[in-house]
Amino acid sequence: MVALEVEGLARHYGEREALSEVSLTLQEGQTLVVFGPNGAGKTTLLRILATLLRPHGGYVSVLGSQLPEEAWAVRGRVGLLAHEPLLYRELTARENLRFHARLHGVGEQRVEEVLEAVAISSRAGEPLRTLSRGMVQLVAVARAVLHDPELLLLDEPHSNLDPAAVELVAPLIGAASKRTRVICSHDPGGGLAEADLVLGLRAGRMVLLREAAEVQPGEITELYR
Amino acid sequence: MRRTVGALLRKELLVELRTLESVPGMSLFAVSTFVIFHFALNRSSVEGDLASGILWVTLLFAAILGVNRLFVADADQGGFDGFLLAPVDRSAMLVAKVLTLLGFLIAFEIVAVPAFALLLLGSSLGDAMPDLLITLALGDLGVAVIGTLVAALAVQTRARDLLGPLLALPLLVPIVIGGARATSPLLSVSHPTDSPLRWLLTLGLYDLIFGLIAFALFDFLLED
Repeated sequence: MVALEVEGLARHYGEREALSEVSLTLQEGQTLVVFGPNGAGKTTLLRILATLLRPHGGYVSVLGSQLPEEAWAVRGRVGLLAHEPLLYRELTARENLRFHARLHGVGEQRVEEVLEAVAISSRAGEPLRTLSRGMVQLVAVARAVLHDPELLLLDEPHSNLDPAAVELVAPLIGAASKRTRVICSHDPGGGLAEADLVLGLRAGRMVLLREAAEVQPGEITELYR
Repeated sequence: MRRTVGALLRKELLVELRTLESVPGMSLFAVSTFVIFHFALNRSSVEGDLASGILWVTLLFAAILGVNRLFVADADQGGFDGFLLAPVDRSAMLVAKVLTLLGFLIAFEIVAVPAFALLLLGSSLGDAMPDLLITLALGDLGVAVIGTLVAALAVQTRARDLLGPLLALPLLVPIVIGGARATSPLLSVSHPTDSPLRWLLTLGLYDLIFGLIAFALFDFLLED
């Protein structure tokens, strides 16, 4: 079954073109890794797929629902791990997750489950502003998977995480999670290892779209030159 | 909807209790302004139009402080995105923010109104209190609805601290006029027989109109 279908996607900010003529298809359970230098349009693509931005042109279908018309049907089935943790600094990790759990209609038991899964239970009662960046990222991972989403949208998911934490979150957001994933990455080796499909963006335009097995790390490095 | 509004209200209360950014600031501003009026007017007491004018203008400017802070945590810490990703009715945020601002206004008026009576009124507020409470409630509701609408619009811009008051003040003028006119007879020493009913109805109608406008527009303000 097709999880993502994008055809001729365009998006601009004022006069500036952020995305243009992006087309791809991703099957359920597959992982798409998006590479590209800063400002290439990776985050814009993720935000469109998350229903946070409206596409200005083209056709976008997420989990069988067309955007932006059927965005309401997509919300709640998508988990977004963005640059910002989408958490309130003055609230504790537990309070933040309980807040999101109520919005998603998820029980409190699940909050404790995900806190335990990211090994943050012992610090879950402390305000977020007192935690390190890595710990905040762990809480953000917990928030992204709290409602057991079908599609994960991950913007550099391992940023601020040490190797042990990367292993810790692997069952939640890694290949083992068995979820359909779209990952923005700057790491050619790690990204290719995770990918089924590779998308390369430069200045909002698609310069590479191929099965991961057919892509050489050098081609990814070339995108950044 | 009730579950979502409840979750948002709980979050607002926790954030305010941790930061103490809104209600203490509004209260301190109002009390300081009454102190300034007390010395600047160089009179032992004020009454009637002057008293109600001082009260409502001070309450309005203090309320603007709360309006300016209303969406800052959501905009700066990704709360908007977190909310928009959830499968919930977006109007829940309007309801929650209006109730939050209404709560802030009531909380700071519990401090500000007695301070006003103490510093500027010669007579007690005792007899006028029931009518004054109704007038304040209608005024607060209007400020909460308009303030929420304007704050949601301003917070998306770079000049939000400037744009919020610039947009809110003209829209809040009818509330100040209605509130001051309805309050004036209540604070008059000669106890005129003018009924504040006409002005209370005006305030109620204005609240209703802006309530409907806010309900119709709010979803679009949250949209990209």
